[in-house]
Amino acid sequence: MKALWKSGAAWLCLAFLLGLAATAVPQLSAQAAWEPKKPVEFVIMAGKGGGADRLARFIQGIIEKHKLSSKPFVPINKGGGSGAEALRYLKDNKGNPHVIMATLNSYYTTPLRQPGLGVDIEKFTPITRLAEDTFQLWVHSDTNINSVDDYVKAVKAAGGANWKMGGTGKGQEDSLVTGMLEKKFGIKVTYVPFKGGGTVAKQLIGKHLNSTVNNPSEQAGFWEAGKSRPLASFTPKGKLKGRFGKIPTFEELGYGAEMVYYMQRSVIAPEGIDKNVQAFYVSVFDKVYKSKEWQDYLGKKGLIPGWLTGGELTRYFVKEREAHRAMLKAAGEIK
Amino acid sequence: MEIFAHLADGFLIAFEPLNLGLVVFGCAVGLFIGAMPGLGSVNGVAILLPMTFLVPPTSAIIFLGAIYYGAMYGGAISSIMLGIPGASTAVATTFDGRPMAMQGRADEALIAAAVASFVGGSISIVLFTLFAPPLAEVALAFGPPEEFALMVLAFATFIGLGGDDIPKTFFSICIGLVMSAVGLDIVSGEPRLIFGDLPGFFHGINFLVLAIGIYGIGEMLWTVEISKGEVMVSQATVTLARVVAGLKNLKGTIKTMLMGSFLGYFVGILPAAGATPGSLMAYGIAKTISKDPDSFGKGNVDGVVAPESANNAASTGSMLPMLTLGIPGSPTTAILLGGMVIWGLEPGPLLFVNHADFVWGLIASLYAANLFALLINIGFIPVFIWVLRLPFTILAPLIFGLCVIGGYAPTRSMHDLWLMLIFGVVGYLMRKLDYPMAPAVLAIVLGPLAERSMRQTLIGSHGDITEFFVRPISGTIMVVALILIFLPLVNVLRNMVRHRISKTPL
Amino acid sequence: MRVAELVMAIAMAVFSLLLMWKSTELPIGWIPGEGPGGGAFPFWLSAAMLLCCIAIIVRWVLRASPPSRSTEAYMDPQALKLFALVAGSLTVMVGLIHIIGVYISLPLFMIFYMRVLGGHSWKTVGGIATATPVVSFFFFEIALKIELPKGMTEPLFYPLYDIFM
Repeated sequence: MKALWKSGAAWLCLAFLLGLAATAVPQLSAQAAWEPKKPVEFVIMAGKGGGADRLARFIQGIIEKHKLSSKPFVPINKGGGSGAEALRYLKDNKGNPHVIMATLNSYYTTPLRQPGLGVDIEKFTPITRLAEDTFQLWVHSDTNINSVDDYVKAVKAAGGANWKMGGTGKGQEDSLVTGMLEKKFGIKVTYVPFKGGGTVAKQLIGKHLNSTVNNPSEQAGFWEAGKSRPLASFTPKGKLKGRFGKIPTFEELGYGAEMVYYMQRSVIAPEGIDKNVQAFYVSVFDKVYKSKEWQDYLGKKGLIPGWLTGGELTRYFVKEREAHRAMLKAAGEIK
Repeated sequence: MEIFAHLADGFLIAFEPLNLGLVVFGCAVGLFIGAMPGLGSVNGVAILLPMTFLVPPTSAIIFLGAIYYGAMYGGAISSIMLGIPGASTAVATTFDGRPMAMQGRADEALIAAAVASFVGGSISIVLFTLFAPPLAEVALAFGPPEEFALMVLAFATFIGLGGDDIPKTFFSICIGLVMSAVGLDIVSGEPRLIFGDLPGFFHGINFLVLAIGIYGIGEMLWTVEISKGEVMVSQATVTLARVVAGLKNLKGTIKTMLMGSFLGYFVGILPAAGATPGSLMAYGIAKTISKDPDSFGKGNVDGVVAPESANNAASTGSMLPMLTLGIPGSPTTAILLGGMVIWGLEPGPLLFVNHADFVWGLIASLYAANLFALLINIGFIPVFIWVLRLPFTILAPLIFGLCVIGGYAPTRSMHDLWLMLIFGVVGYLMRKLDYPMAPAVLAIVLGPLAERSMRQTLIGSHGDITEFFVRPISGTIMVVALILIFLPLVNVLRNMVRHRISKTPL
Repeated sequence: MRVAELVMAIAMAVFSLLLMWKSTELPIGWIPGEGPGGGAFPFWLSAAMLLCCIAIIVRWVLRASPPSRSTEAYMDPQALKLFALVAGSLTVMVGLIHIIGVYISLPLFMIFYMRVLGGHSWKTVGGIATATPVVSFFFFEIALKIELPKGMTEPLFYPLYDIFM
């Protein structure tokens, strides 16, 4: 055992010296590239099993499969308080190079709804935006609702209060999208919050709900099996490809270009990390983004590819946050 | 007979050398992960998920399925040996498993748990094989009112589990429920009961923190006091003759095993429920139908057999909504589901059609995993018994160490470690005064499910509580639950009246 | 025992009141057409806790529950000493994890426990106190990729990660 240790240590020294020589020779002036010294905490702003969680674990898989990092990325769920826990954790880990976080739209809404957190998302270090997830309006295939027009008529005929719309927690994406629908068509539905998008999809199929605003990945299986029907997509024209691209968009149906809502899928790091640490993560995710697995996943799950990084990404976050501020104000969730 | 042809194909896949090797390896790994307090099947599956990218998807899910099974078996080990449930599904196993171990019958309890798990697993896999598609329809029929009714039923079955002191039992249930409310109110989206603005409260109070605190730290403090810190060696032994005798003893529990298996399976297929309510209900029913209900909680083998057969049956059951509907019935299946998505398999109604080889390979490997988990488990019993024979002053710091690491590992937060310590100390002080602790631990698991489903129903019905009774399924379950709740009360009242009469001097 | 029963019941009653007060941050009433508000569930359950405490106190007055009749000491001096030692050392250990990490504070705790309370030989104590952190490191950090808290000792582990990961 001891001999093994010794030889291991010897090998390590040798490898270290070789590595030093290899990096020093070609780029004497440039700073040595940063590599993580310990496993990287990959914080997820949501609980286990949800869309964000699956995505982060998928990315972790790609990183391991292609050996994109010398140390593993270890996913940790900190979904408490709609991501408040994760945001606070990132804030408290200022300057820590071994923490990154996978975000979703609660990245904007949670700090807006809970100003007491003292989190300013502009301060975090942007890494990359990997994709934008989309939303569709879904009904059960046993209904004879085939278009948005039919839908509005059916809601009005039932009386909005008797129309059960399912979604995730109040003040989160699904309820904001529902708010957009209500405003556009002058209806008022009963919104029932559930724990996750998957559960919402199941409740629709079990006919416990009348309609939902699910992500494509949550309804794909049921749609294929002929159990549910998408009426329209909350995306701009031509952005979605594949079978989800065949769903008409609200814009195409003539309801205006403002009927668009995305769920961003981005990665960020705490504030105050080194430039070359940021560069390391950007390069890892660049490789993830270009991998075949990722590109296949985007197509199959109805996600819109959306590589964005650096200052541009921060500007995007700020713009989206302001849009959400307006939406939350309109919904009466914040003042 | 199409099913059997599929199953035969499945067995061919499961018995490929790579897959069989993965089953054995997965069972062994799962067993150890499950046996650690704080780590359960969900951790095992989540942590090992990326490793499965090295093999084809069918082999990968077989590996994860084996870990799942191994961990379910392993959960009983820490419940029996240390009295610490490693996962919420194993809480009910501590009720009689721990007393048995204290009486030097740890081997008997471990064998009973292993065999019961095997029976539960086997029966549920057969049910799964034969009736997967129609049962998926049952799972779909469960909306919020039905889920709430099921939770009421689960509470009803364990109302009899508390001590004799009724106010203290109720206190224990209530405090568990209140603690389960900490964190986020999902309906309004507002944080609630965030004490001192500590971010650690945002994720709520994890069941494991309370369970390890009370059953780990609290139980050890209790034992320290009883033993006066002296060297105390457990009388546990194991010989082949005892193993055979233990197996023979199980004959009397066949009825309980069958009951636990069927019940566990049916509760397991319901998306929200999972294995915890299933194992509780099985324990409650086993106690109710037993000829000797008073011996429960004091080391009755039936009390180990019922929850163990039920929780294994339920873990197979919870695969059903995952595979057929894409809805996970438990956190573990949620991770498995994520894995399937990564491998490019679309769970849902068409999975059985489009990827039949995958589904049947998985089912066949569950049969294999079940068998190997049993063999590995029985093979390790002497090792576990040896651990129990360590002097107490060596075992105690080891267990405290396990508790500390186990309390930290699930959420990786020091906040939870402190909470665990507080729960342990306060729980110990309360236990000395006859406050029953099990109801609080169970309430913290079931509380969020009950509250959420109740409020979802009421939002949908505009505050009309008759909704729970007018729907056929939820109405039936509610009535059964209410009968179960009031039955003991009637008994208590009758006894009180009788007591009064006998006391009153004529 | 009798005093302890009353003290615990009062302490828990105060705790229930605290929970009730905290629950009122969200609506505790019945919202028409929607059912109970966000604070209702914890509020009314805390109220039930309070009622239970009152019942316990009433039973104490009536001497109806076994602890309220017991004349035994809640903790005899020896038990109290043991409890203080064990719970105290646990608290110190958890506190030290923040500073020097689990890999140093846990062995320290084990050495204290086995040596002071158990009186085992240094050979046994040393063996177990060395083996535990080594086994935990390989099981948790390497096999399961769960990082345990290390406090200021963290840089010492970087070379280990380089070797084993």
